[in-house]
Amino acid sequence: MESIKDKVAIIGMGCSKFGENWDKSADDMIIEAAYEAYEDAGIEAKDIGAAWLGTYVTEWTGQMLSRALKLDYIPVTRVENACATGSDALRNACYAVASGACDIALAVGVEKLKDSGYTGLPDFELLRRQSNTYRTRTYSPPGHFAMMATKYFDRYGLSPEEGKKVIGQIAVKNHHNGALAPKAHFQAETTLEKVLAAPMVAWPLGLFDCCGVSDGAAAAIVTRADLAKNFRADPVYIKALQIAVGPYEGYMSPKYDWCHVEETVRAGERAYAEAGIKNPREEISMAEVHDCFTITEMVIMEDLMFSERGKAPDDVRSGFFHLDGGLPINTDGGLKCFGHPIGASGLRMMYEVYKQMQQKADKRQIKNPKLGLTHNLGGTPATCSVSVIIAGNEKG
Amino acid sequence: MTGIVAYAAYLPLYRLARAEIGRAWGSGGKGEKAVASHDEDSLTMAVAAARECLKGQGGRKVDGIFFASTTAPYREKQAAATIAAVLALPAETYTADFGGSLRSGTNAVRAAVDAVKSGSLKNVLVLVADCRLGMPNGASEMAFGDGAAAMLIGSEGVLASIDSMYTMADEIIDVFRSDRDRFVHAWETRFIRDYGHGRVMPQAMKDAAMKAGVALADFARVIMYSPDQRQLQAVTKTMKLDPAKVQDSFFNEFGDTGAAQVFISLAAALEQAKAGDKLMLAAYGNGADVFALTAAPAIGTWKPSRAISYYMNTKLQINTYEKYLRWRQVIELEPAATAPMEQPSPVALWRDNKSGLNLHGVKCRKCGTPQYPAQRVCMECGSKDDFEDYSFSDKPAVLATFSHDSLGISADPPTTVSAVDFEGGGRITCDMTDRDPSEVKIGMPIEMVFRVLRYVGGFYTYWWKARPKRD
Repeated sequence: MESIKDKVAIIGMGCSKFGENWDKSADDMIIEAAYEAYEDAGIEAKDIGAAWLGTYVTEWTGQMLSRALKLDYIPVTRVENACATGSDALRNACYAVASGACDIALAVGVEKLKDSGYTGLPDFELLRRQSNTYRTRTYSPPGHFAMMATKYFDRYGLSPEEGKKVIGQIAVKNHHNGALAPKAHFQAETTLEKVLAAPMVAWPLGLFDCCGVSDGAAAAIVTRADLAKNFRADPVYIKALQIAVGPYEGYMSPKYDWCHVEETVRAGERAYAEAGIKNPREEISMAEVHDCFTITEMVIMEDLMFSERGKAPDDVRSGFFHLDGGLPINTDGGLKCFGHPIGASGLRMMYEVYKQMQQKADKRQIKNPKLGLTHNLGGTPATCSVSVIIAGNEKG
Repeated sequence: MTGIVAYAAYLPLYRLARAEIGRAWGSGGKGEKAVASHDEDSLTMAVAAARECLKGQGGRKVDGIFFASTTAPYREKQAAATIAAVLALPAETYTADFGGSLRSGTNAVRAAVDAVKSGSLKNVLVLVADCRLGMPNGASEMAFGDGAAAMLIGSEGVLASIDSMYTMADEIIDVFRSDRDRFVHAWETRFIRDYGHGRVMPQAMKDAAMKAGVALADFARVIMYSPDQRQLQAVTKTMKLDPAKVQDSFFNEFGDTGAAQVFISLAAALEQAKAGDKLMLAAYGNGADVFALTAAPAIGTWKPSRAISYYMNTKLQINTYEKYLRWRQVIELEPAATAPMEQPSPVALWRDNKSGLNLHGVKCRKCGTPQYPAQRVCMECGSKDDFEDYSFSDKPAVLATFSHDSLGISADPPTTVSAVDFEGGGRITCDMTDRDPSEVKIGMPIEMVFRVLRYVGGFYTYWWKARPKRD
């Protein structure tokens, strides 16, 4: 089997301001992200051969992308893969240029959530009539991820109070990073005391254990690796593109332990194999992972083999994942602070990886960047879609 | 001989102290009342009673389900048919609903006895449940409690024979609820005392005793419907009955449980009865139905696994009257800033009746793995369409993990989300009900209960929930 490694490069990226963008429509944010990407790549709309729009609930059809950007009758397709939607849009664009179907492809992710009037995410399962039957769940995303916290604490002998102190430090770290990111939804430091005193959302998770619900868009322009230097001196090369989608096993089988996410393990293993990575903890320079909740980030550290099983709390406590630590995680604040417009998140993560690889991350810049990783988790710990994408600043 | 071959009561876990109702309205109150949980109604309570009653009756073919209540969930749509589906009874089961009166329970028992005697049916499960509402700050609100009972009527292995059935019709507007009202209304207490219950019951019970050929004094136990303690005492006095022989109606423990009241009391009486004991049961509601029963020699051979004392001892207080108002939807709350629930598809529900109503999953014939809901491709070994039916409803289970979700849609927040692992295999993720959040622990024993999941678009969606084992 061939690998995607070094066949595709990102030559331009853009990202709108994330947040409660009351004064911006989805089209406005698409334009903001796409034109930044055009300028960054030094191209115009007419240079694009095909485009993918990632959106989870904002629109049914990809036609909105062509409408907003006035694309020139090129193929446009909407893709959806839960919270991995943006990453899947990028994956499709990469496959298109790798196949030679076109030279330049555009991937855009967008979500407009704050027109709904809801404080949290809408309960998507209840919105669909077809699958709306007896077993329809009446609980929220935090409720599902909180079950993982309960079980993780129990398994590793942490009292709920001790456990909350550990995951609370993840919120503090991501707030610190978010405060350094001008486009982030939340740009304020916080303290562990504040995190622990926050109201409960889904016990044992409090408000600061949960990511923001935001509006936003992000865009990437990709081309074949051998063409990349025609556009810029510092393209970022795709090393691995993996997605794993679970068969609902966690909800049906007592074998599922609620202390890991099988989809992350599978997608991670395949991505490391594709990129030729043997020791992720040592070889990955930085990662943007799906910290929809603080407990999720902690468990991802183990699933992606950054920490040994049961040892992520030690790495969290030691600051290993801080900006100046051994493996900086969510350098732009993550979902927690940069925000989580679902369809845009995967591309927003790649925006940060891209800037870090190009040494353009300003106050957030890590030292000696070589390989960055993005990870999305769409669904719940028991069943989900997970994407793992690895990119680097050197062509192997 | 025709009569009761099995019986059981069901009382919800929750109690509301009358003093707490009094606290809200600046009055007093003695005792407490049983209150259906926010996700219970007469249908689900009937199911709970039915499941208790049928424990150990596996060999007995139930061919009739009669549901009796003044508070059926639908005006048009049969509860008995739903219950037959929940109990996985065959389609040829004769199902019927009885309603309109607190005598609906005795109406149903009489019909069942007649059917068994005539040979048209063999074993009829009569389920009586009520969940009546009184208006806030009224006497009915103080009095009414919620509960259910099940009586399996048959002619083999009879525990208590029903020897004689007397009835009396009586037109009076004393206690009523029109088709336009949620609340039960009662005319002046003195009118009811003198010309309603107080006139009809003594007359009917005397006539019934005469018809049965048993002197009133020879009944070891007299069970009669009464709206409250005072009226029970008044009729006892009028009839010169020995108070020691009059069965307590549990007014201070459960409240006036409507049509179910006399059957909950009968269950208590049967638990204590000795072979040969004569029992009188009198129900009231626009007249009276009075039965004369005799405890059969087999009376001691079977007892419900959950006795009345069990329901008295396993309880949880509803701490505030406001919570009660919320559960019964007497007050309307500001909707949460979240997506409203959409109407489920009756088509999707219908396709899914077996796994939804009966908690049926499948067990793979190749690898033996139980799975819920029913699958077509085995989660474990990948074989296709090679399964047998497998019911999870009565399997012992433990809690694998949980959370308390404040954003979940519930009248009793937070929603306790639970992953339940079953002995013998299989996992179900569902809501947990009847729990004290601070007591929920990983590994605790769980039992599955049938509850209202939601009411959207004009119909009820029932499903199963996890509950910490009630004991």
